[in-house]
Amino acid sequence: MATETRTPVLSVRNLSTSFKTGDGWKTVVRDVSFDVNAGETVAIVGESGSGKSVTSLSLMRLLAQGSSRIEGEVFLNGKNILALSEKEMRGVRGNDVAMIFQEPMTSLNPIFTIGRQISEVLIRHKGMTASEARTETVRLLEKVRIPNASSRFDEYPHQFSGGMRQRVMIAMALASKPKLLIADEPTTALDVTIQGQILDLIKILQEEEGMSVLFITHDMGVVAEIADRTIVMFRGEQVEAGITEDIFLRGQHPYTRALLSAVPKLGSMADRKLPTRFPIVDVKTGEAAEPIELSDTVEKGKTPLLAVKNLITRFPVRSGLFSRQTGAVHAVENVSFDLFKGETLSLVGESGCGKSTTGRSIMRLIEPTSGEVSLDGYDVMALDPVGLRNLRKSVQMIFQDPFSSLNPRMSVGAAIAEPFIKHKLGTAKQAKEKTADLLEKVGLSADMADRYPHEFSGGQRQRIAIARALSLDPKVIVADESVSALDVSIKAQVCNLLLDLQQNLDIAFLFISHDMAVVERVSHRVAVMYLGEIVEIGPRAAVFENPQHPYTKKLMAAVPVPDPARRGIRRGISNDELKSPVRGMDYQPPVREYRQVSEGHLVQVA
Amino acid sequence: MTVIEPVAPILKPREKGRAWRKMKANRGSLVGLVIIAFFALLAILAPILPIPDPVATSWGAIRKAPSAAHWLGTDDLGRDILSRMIWGARASLMAGVISVAIAVVIGVPFGLLSGYFGGWVDQFIQRITEALLAMPFLITAIALAAFLGPSLTNAMIAIGLSAMPIFVRLTRGQVLAVKTEDYVEGARSVGLGHVDIMTRYILPNVFAPIIVQATLTVATAIIAEASLSFLGLGQQAPAPSWGSMLNVAKNFLTQAPWMAMWPGAAIFLVVIGFNLLGDGLRDALDPRES
Repeated sequence: MATETRTPVLSVRNLSTSFKTGDGWKTVVRDVSFDVNAGETVAIVGESGSGKSVTSLSLMRLLAQGSSRIEGEVFLNGKNILALSEKEMRGVRGNDVAMIFQEPMTSLNPIFTIGRQISEVLIRHKGMTASEARTETVRLLEKVRIPNASSRFDEYPHQFSGGMRQRVMIAMALASKPKLLIADEPTTALDVTIQGQILDLIKILQEEEGMSVLFITHDMGVVAEIADRTIVMFRGEQVEAGITEDIFLRGQHPYTRALLSAVPKLGSMADRKLPTRFPIVDVKTGEAAEPIELSDTVEKGKTPLLAVKNLITRFPVRSGLFSRQTGAVHAVENVSFDLFKGETLSLVGESGCGKSTTGRSIMRLIEPTSGEVSLDGYDVMALDPVGLRNLRKSVQMIFQDPFSSLNPRMSVGAAIAEPFIKHKLGTAKQAKEKTADLLEKVGLSADMADRYPHEFSGGQRQRIAIARALSLDPKVIVADESVSALDVSIKAQVCNLLLDLQQNLDIAFLFISHDMAVVERVSHRVAVMYLGEIVEIGPRAAVFENPQHPYTKKLMAAVPVPDPARRGIRRGISNDELKSPVRGMDYQPPVREYRQVSEGHLVQVA
Repeated sequence: MTVIEPVAPILKPREKGRAWRKMKANRGSLVGLVIIAFFALLAILAPILPIPDPVATSWGAIRKAPSAAHWLGTDDLGRDILSRMIWGARASLMAGVISVAIAVVIGVPFGLLSGYFGGWVDQFIQRITEALLAMPFLITAIALAAFLGPSLTNAMIAIGLSAMPIFVRLTRGQVLAVKTEDYVEGARSVGLGHVDIMTRYILPNVFAPIIVQATLTVATAIIAEASLSFLGLGQQAPAPSWGSMLNVAKNFLTQAPWMAMWPGAAIFLVVIGFNLLGDGLRDALDPRES
């Protein structure tokens, strides 16, 4: 697409960025050089702390001035913008270069209408009159494919969903017809089907407007789909740069290869029956060990360890002067499933589909409205507080965010030993031995017991959280998005750890996740949830290779696959938004029927 | 099973006495500690220091400016101000610290219960707190002190009870924020009871702003004790406290400014001292700060 003779839109030479810390300057981006040609998409990919976002902020000179230092040269249309004054720079931002960010929920001002926020930019920067600006705003909203653009002009940000807000942000960025769009993780906070829509939109707009895009992401799948060229960053350095296809197929740097092998690929399990560990790559040599298929841990046929029948959880919606109940969030609607010893059942779905509420309801961390839950012999719904406390010995939970799931004021050892001691499972000395043993089991060392959580990285904290969950020797673990917040390589490690624990301890996992590729790797069976209901459930291979329900198909089609051959694909996903599970008081949930596709594979009949 | 991050982390060697070391490294909090220690020492040593009787009047030395005989001057009854300052430190420091201790000891648990349980417990505690807050702090203190009878002890109780609602509200607000953290749900999911969750998971994580508020309230309490003394409800004349000295001094601001200067400066210093110490304590007690 780009020709060698044209001058690049953006040309970065030896960019280094340092931050002031207590002990002098710390360099976080070192010697980064790259070009973005006209009409080209370049992706910067890396894990957290790789310096990819700092790079983009440096380009826009958006870092705090006194405490940061940018060295090198950044040419935008041949002009070195690092030499510009702050006033001149303001003319560049939002004019020649526009930027969109990760969080569409917080980047719009909630007290002004969408239309006003966009037209204000046009009036200020383009000198348009109010009526010209209105026409142009509607045109921009139509351009980003917001349905009924003119009627939504006077709506407020809270009336827009996350995906729609990101469209508004893009419309705003397009207002000045920039030559370069910097997109910093623009789809990370969005659900996968919405992410697909936004990626499609960016591709279309790029063709229509002929602008260049600098795309910052951690997701190799997104990179493969969108980028002409890719820059891989690792700990502040540019380790590799090149044509996307070359990077994916013939990556030279061991880190690139390690990163790629750690990325779960949807469809990579096509010929396997059982969950499979992630291949481990040595970061020094880039050699990958063949993934080992694990042995079968599931004990079917006997009574299930966990049996859920017709579970319903609703939250009242109150409004008005006397807080009368005016409706209900039907978070979990008539959900039934079984889980056997040593089995992993995954609940997948997008945000708001009720998968987390289901997990919490079966533990009665949230009180379900009705239904039957039998877990390891307990009739969960009938338990009194004492019985409920005993139930905790059978079922444990691992949370999503390892930074908030450990008490910052409690040492790691105390946190792991606490459940053991509180349930009076042994003496203080035994608790100590148990803690040491568990720390070793999750791949840490026993002498870390007197450290505090803040001393560990995210992946290590998640291991600690797992050790704590194991301290009561539970039979079932509810893993609620337990690997979602982790970097790719760490995610692979923690998944492997969970699989190893299942091999050794015969634990059953209720694995709640929105990440289809991880789910495919670790599960025995999969249940797809939509608007509080299970729309499809069955053995992993059946659901992934022969999806029946339209929603399952849509979900799978939306997952970005790290395969550069898919670059430029259009999903043609319609602009549907996720529906809301909030219903009025008179709502009667329809009676659902399920059709058997094959052994154990059931799909909801519409 | 390493891909990129080494699993066994290289951690800095564990330091012993971390809190104290951090405290020492913070110059501000050391200054605060020195100031408070200085006044506390004076207060404790008052009986054995070679100073004149703080209540002995002398008609020959009324409102004398600072001199070799009276380092800090004399007051309207000819009493030695230095001596009264030193003895007054006892009443004032005690009034400040003990009344705040009362406020914290009663207010924090109620705030904790209120925020943690919510529902009618919360409604009940909050309505009472709001009723107390609706009355001006000093009026409540005066009413309570008058009801309990005039003495320094009763004044401290009155001040403590009047300052308590602030701590209820502050604690409740903090608890509401911490309650939604995953680790609290984590504690429930491992089967811990309410008492454990409140004392081991919530309380330690809400304490920082409470400590800061407490040091600020010490200042308010010292001044409140002064006001009560002025009304005859606090320290009983002729026994001195900084507050009562200040109250008398305000009638002689132009003739004898030193009468107001010394107790004013002392209150100012002690308040600064408590604030600096509070800041340092907050940081030192937090394991996340290194």
